[in-house]
Amino acid sequence: MKPQEGLHVKTFVLILIIISLAPLGNTFLGKGMKLLPPITDWAPANLFHFFFRAMTSGTIWIGIGLLFSYFIAYLLVLSWADYSFVQPATSASYVVIALLAHFMLHEEIAPGRWAGIALICLGVFAVGQTQPRTPEQQL
Amino acid sequence: MIAQVILYILIVFVGTGGELFVSRAMKTIGEVTDFRPSSIARVVGRAMMVPAMWTGIAMMAVAFFALLAMLSLAKVSFVFPSTALRFAVAAFGGRIFLHEKVTPQRWFGVLVICVGLLLVFFSKG
Repeated sequence: MKPQEGLHVKTFVLILIIISLAPLGNTFLGKGMKLLPPITDWAPANLFHFFFRAMTSGTIWIGIGLLFSYFIAYLLVLSWADYSFVQPATSASYVVIALLAHFMLHEEIAPGRWAGIALICLGVFAVGQTQPRTPEQQL
Repeated sequence: MIAQVILYILIVFVGTGGELFVSRAMKTIGEVTDFRPSSIARVVGRAMMVPAMWTGIAMMAVAFFALLAMLSLAKVSFVFPSTALRFAVAAFGGRIFLHEKVTPQRWFGVLVICVGLLLVFFSKG
């Protein structure tokens, strides 16, 4: 396997992990936050109390654990791939999170929103065709 | 409404700014080639010695708590697409602050992603 091919393979494996863990973590966060009453008073003391309650939720901690794993994978991929490549490529996680929101959290998603998600897929495909790392001579 | 706008700004701009700092810190570490857990732990340990990493983590922590607050106010399927602006911020940030070469095709992809996410943002539900 050529070095450039190896770079592509490990980049896409890690991006696959990222687009799985991040939506799952965020779905758990969303589920956990919905168990709390919404914020109505933005005074610092109330905010502190609100976040303290959030941090005592097991669901929130599952979400944080998943997001921590995602963050490690994200750090690893950023050690060689361009940020401007990684960030849009991981936007596929928006598609995954819409599916999770629909099937796990039973949120209703309008057709227009699904159409937007289809466009996101197209954009991700376009970004995925580019080189993950800027060639040295182009700097 | 004002609170949601402030939370949105924190999520998009502070969150993306934090990621740019983290990206800059990781580039000083160099490419990771060994994926054994002990090696990954060493890489994370080295990354934590870089000041830019701590700046990035602090900014991402602020964005995280803003995200938690936003999730208590709106649907998950709305909150995440509404942060679409971060893709444009990332591309411009990568180009300006990290001096990354963003190819026309990558710009096109970013543009399509943003149009899609705008459509998501303005749809009902």
